[in-house]
Amino acid sequence: MSFEEDIKQSLIKKFNYLEPVIRIQRARRIFLEVTPENFHPVFEYIAKDLKFSHLCTITGLDENEKLSFIYHLVQDPGIMINLKTSVPKENPVIKSIIEIFPGAEIYERELVDLFGAKVEGLPEGNRYPLTDDWPKGEFPLRKDWRKKNA
Amino acid sequence: MHNSEEFKIPIGPQHPALKEPESFSVALKGEKILGIEIRLGYNHRGIEKAAEERTYIQDIYLIERICGICSHSHSTAFVQAVEEIAGLELPKRALYIRTLIGELERVHSHLLWLGVAGHEIGFDTLLMYTWRDREIVMDILALLTGNRVNYGINTIGGVRRDISKEQAEEVLKAMDTLEERTKYYIELGLSETTLVKRLSGVGVLTYDDALRLDAVGPTARASGVKRDVRKDDPYAAYGEMDFKVITEKNCDVYGRTLVRLKELMEAYQIIRQCIKNLPEGPVTIKAPRKIPAGEALSRYEAPRGEDVHYVKANGTEKPERVKVRAPTLANVQAVKQMLKDRFLADMPIVIAAIDPCFSCTDRLVSLRQVDSKDKKTMNWQTLREYSIDWHRKQGIDFKKLNQKLKTNV
Repeated sequence: MSFEEDIKQSLIKKFNYLEPVIRIQRARRIFLEVTPENFHPVFEYIAKDLKFSHLCTITGLDENEKLSFIYHLVQDPGIMINLKTSVPKENPVIKSIIEIFPGAEIYERELVDLFGAKVEGLPEGNRYPLTDDWPKGEFPLRKDWRKKNA
Repeated sequence: MHNSEEFKIPIGPQHPALKEPESFSVALKGEKILGIEIRLGYNHRGIEKAAEERTYIQDIYLIERICGICSHSHSTAFVQAVEEIAGLELPKRALYIRTLIGELERVHSHLLWLGVAGHEIGFDTLLMYTWRDREIVMDILALLTGNRVNYGINTIGGVRRDISKEQAEEVLKAMDTLEERTKYYIELGLSETTLVKRLSGVGVLTYDDALRLDAVGPTARASGVKRDVRKDDPYAAYGEMDFKVITEKNCDVYGRTLVRLKELMEAYQIIRQCIKNLPEGPVTIKAPRKIPAGEALSRYEAPRGEDVHYVKANGTEKPERVKVRAPTLANVQAVKQMLKDRFLADMPIVIAAIDPCFSCTDRLVSLRQVDSKDKKTMNWQTLREYSIDWHRKQGIDFKKLNQKLKTNV
């Protein structure tokens, strides 16, 4: 059995509801999707128990009614899990992961600025990457956002 | 400055010594850095949004322009993701040429870095030498791709230019010269006292911190973290290349210098293997204009570290989403750690050691007691008087000397 298959089986063994949502796209690439309620236990299990100790980045996605976030985690030497979770767009609240990955701070700030995500537990600090005078409530990477003069 | 007071120096976003706009707010106690706040985003151009509005082919050229130094890294990471979604099997010759250009890019980037590092520590001879040698690899890149920067060699389904036998010979000749010069720099790095003493113990990032803060590239490898996408998650032709992942245990700027120098030697080996084993055949296959729905994540070992691209396709000729995470963003958190409790004078070289670089001081000064939040501001004149007064109390008084000098004139 391949390493990817091993990881898939240990995830299913721990959380049986993952079976239909987990797929191995190619060698070293595993994709799975969880509900926001299940996100933290699964995330912690992947990061701590399965030792996916390197967070590449967090990708934000605008999917009509909801905002989705994909956490790209890598286990040495090179197997990657792409863990996705979705929250309703009118109240896009996610919990910060900086306790596990302090380096994630800047990625979470990016989600706040560009997608309007509300990240619980993110300390106050400089915004990234938009300007300080950027208008409130405008999130450029949302699909309905257009340049004013376009 | 009195030891109980914290001194804040703003540097940037626009500063003559900064190569790019970024802003640092450095809290000092005497010469020691207490903490540092970094504000980025001044170079945010909305490329991810722009990529959604353009076709895949247009995006290759847009994404290549994210960075002027790692342009090939970004375009390769992007096309790899698109090719994975489209299910394209690339001809081997194309993969070898991509690898070759990728390594030439690493050579020019590392030589550029070495020069900048030399400049930051006042060793400008090194800057002149390395940048002279860098011209050799720039000429080779121009010969192979037509451009010194933004090579435009990648396309979806392969590369846009083939390499002739004559060109391959030129590359090999250039590698011989560069290898000889690099050996000299390595010898210099190992024996030149100024270099060793100035860089050792500066900008320390321990193995644990490098892991905890997710540092990437030479920054992580100089702290003993054996991570290199070329080995861990092989792409292009790296799976067939014989090379070593260079790590050092110094955990400081000196270690980062050695890692880059030794990586140059590995790059020459990879380039030679690419030329020697270059497979025959076409350099491109036909790719569809519309990419089927799907998603892919592509990783690439850029000269500065891991570059990550996520692409989501929706079945049209434009991508649904393109996400880019360049290596410097991953290393920013590590910089704060490297500078904490270090001296202000180390700041330029420590920042330069991960990449962006600059020197210090600005005009407005704000002072506050470390233990309270009351702020008092001083202009340069008051600060100067405060300083003269403070030194006088310590017994350093130039009053008499100044008067004597005046009468002599």
